[in-house]
Amino acid sequence: MGLFNNLKNIFGKNKNQITKEENEIIEKAEKYKKGMEKTRNTMMSRLKSLFESYDVINDDLFEELEEIFIMADIGVSTVLEVINKLRADVRMRNITDMSEFQKIIVDKMFEIYVKGEIVNTNLNINDEGLTVLLFVGVNGVGKTTSIGKIAHKLQSEGKKVMMAAGDTFRAGAINQLKVWAERVGCECVTKQEGSDPAAVMFEAIQEAKAKNVDVLLCDTAGRLQTKTNLMKELEKIYRVINKEIPGAPHETLLVIDATTGQNGMNQAKAFTEATNVTGIILTKLDGTAKGGIVLAIRNELGLPIKFVGLGEKIVDLEYFDIEQYIYGLFSDMFE
Amino acid sequence: MAFDSLSERLQSALKKVTGRGALTENDIETMMREVRLSLLEADVNFKVVKEFTNEVKQKAMGERVLKSLTPGQQVVKIVHEELKALMGEEAENLTFKIQGITIFMMVGLQGAGKTTHAGKLAIYCRKKFNKKPLLVAADIYRPAAVDQLVTIGKQLNVPVFEMGTQVNPVEIVRNSLEYAKTNNLDLVIIDTAGRLHINEELMDELKNIKELVKPDEILLTVDAMTGQDAVTVASSFHEQLNVTGAVLTKLDGDTRGGAALSIRKVTGVPIKFMGLGEKLDQLEIFHPDRMASRILGMGDVLSLIEKAQESIDEEEAELMAKKFKSSTFDYNDFKKQIKQIRKLGNLKGLLKMIPGVGSQLNNIDIDEKQFTNIEAMINSMTEFERKNPDVLNTSRKARIAKGSGRDVGEVNRLAKQFEEMRKMMKQMMNMNPKDMERMMKPGAKMPGQVSQSKGKGKGKGNRAPWY
Repeated sequence: MGLFNNLKNIFGKNKNQITKEENEIIEKAEKYKKGMEKTRNTMMSRLKSLFESYDVINDDLFEELEEIFIMADIGVSTVLEVINKLRADVRMRNITDMSEFQKIIVDKMFEIYVKGEIVNTNLNINDEGLTVLLFVGVNGVGKTTSIGKIAHKLQSEGKKVMMAAGDTFRAGAINQLKVWAERVGCECVTKQEGSDPAAVMFEAIQEAKAKNVDVLLCDTAGRLQTKTNLMKELEKIYRVINKEIPGAPHETLLVIDATTGQNGMNQAKAFTEATNVTGIILTKLDGTAKGGIVLAIRNELGLPIKFVGLGEKIVDLEYFDIEQYIYGLFSDMFE
Repeated sequence: MAFDSLSERLQSALKKVTGRGALTENDIETMMREVRLSLLEADVNFKVVKEFTNEVKQKAMGERVLKSLTPGQQVVKIVHEELKALMGEEAENLTFKIQGITIFMMVGLQGAGKTTHAGKLAIYCRKKFNKKPLLVAADIYRPAAVDQLVTIGKQLNVPVFEMGTQVNPVEIVRNSLEYAKTNNLDLVIIDTAGRLHINEELMDELKNIKELVKPDEILLTVDAMTGQDAVTVASSFHEQLNVTGAVLTKLDGDTRGGAALSIRKVTGVPIKFMGLGEKLDQLEIFHPDRMASRILGMGDVLSLIEKAQESIDEEEAELMAKKFKSSTFDYNDFKKQIKQIRKLGNLKGLLKMIPGVGSQLNNIDIDEKQFTNIEAMINSMTEFERKNPDVLNTSRKARIAKGSGRDVGEVNRLAKQFEEMRKMMKQMMNMNPKDMERMMKPGAKMPGQVSQSKGKGKGKGNRAPWY
């Protein structure tokens, strides 16, 4: 039972048996656990009471399970898919034991995410020359904040970082990025409010090249995916970057707010069409929202989650780790 | 616009029932499942969905529906009524102090749109209630939040009170009231920092501000795209602050906005406004009854009329009518008309408010640019040509095409269309009221109607009927 036992092995181990590597995993897990505490508590308490109130696996149990997943904002069709697979598994393997059933649930969630591939959450960094990362998303999801946090992360990994203030529309957006650049201690290329964002990118790339920058982080204005003109603008930004450096942007990261419901799917579709999104940053996971929509996005569109925002501090952004995420959702089961 | 996808789902769910004979219990079950799934996909809270479908089901099971000749219609009616009841029956107004300074406080999660909507409310109240607003920058945490509010204030010409980011928000608010008094301002709108509802420290800060100023309205700003968590967020803010109303933002996207239904149902907090865009005048009163109609694809004529009344200058309109009548309507007037229409906002959004049009619009791509093209062509005409549309000959048309960067075919189309419009207007104006009435009835043909006009179901790439 792949993941479940793996996790259980590590977390069930005696303290002095733990290797250094495993220790790192545990530390990271603690961070997830803390960030997702609210999420887990609500979901877990429901799961727990659910399993306590059932002795047999029957239709009612499945129906309630369906509810719990839907409450986590995992998309309706993905939920139905998971539930159907669970039903099939239970039937085929003739499972009657509750604790066995719990394991299967965790493993199914894991399968939905992994889909038999090796999911790479590492950023696609161009070792020879400049790497460009483009950040896109709807309004108010935390693009600028995520850039600040990622800049900090990359900088502390020894990379030379630069920011490009491509949100020339929203009042105060340029200054907001500047403040982050100061905090991180990197440069920030800006133009006047209202100027063409593609031109900002062009200039930023020239400057980054001249100054031997390793990674350029490009901010863009938040836009609803239904605004045709604004999506065209984004296509243009993408084109300009791509023209200056073949193969760039090396990553286009779609930022999604964990409180987002089913609309997250539309966002992922539309932004992928415009800019060839390569990964997702899930922000604000430290609230009570579960961000389950990213599981649906991964399931239906194949987009991996690269980072999760777990708090307001500059260090509260982690590389996404599906095992940790699922552990965050189900950790009480492992104890 | 918002709620469209939901109405489609409901419509197709109900289609299976409409137009058939008597219903069986099974029919109702299938339909309720569709309704349930579509509401869930619309992000309506799970519990609300359950309750809702149960209520509808029970009513649908009644004799009246089962034996009715038009059971589908009956069910539509029940769903509509229940939706209406769910969202509150009437539009709720803002509360102002009769004397003294009225205080509004904006609260909500990060990124919901508090700062933008503080600005929107300021001009809304100035325009609608003749208030003299002051915006207060009490978000000292998010980088450049103060800048953002100051910029918005400048754009709107509304004073902004700020004390930088080093002063405690409670202190800032206290001082802002003094400032409002001395400057004779009668509406204070406080923009607070976005915070998670589980962040106790920051929630205490809000409580302290509330304690100090006793706001007339505490408006919870909620992103319309919020999923199942909307209820938790709203309940938690409401429990701690006693919120008086909600503002639902980003409804101009394609979110189905189920959060609207849930918040009202679970917390009882009325939704007072909806934000429909990034521009600062894109704020509308939330009308629960109209929204219910919209959910079911029944159109929203009242909103349309209201919008038109606000944007169209009456004198101008009367002058236009005279011109129609006397057929002195020329290209200058045409241009003015286009301007008026564009003032109403997004055309597709407008058309969707018309009953029955909503679901047919999907395949039609209205290119707002065509208006720009028309304007460009008219701008390339000489004053003489604009006043005397009949003089347009081939060489003039070629010149206009060149000047506006369009091709001659387009200029020809414009000229032809203009002519047809003029003819139609004249006919309409000279009609007696009875004919007019007959014409307004659905299905009646407009005199001089252009054949390409509606093309129902003809599919993709239809042009706007107008051009």
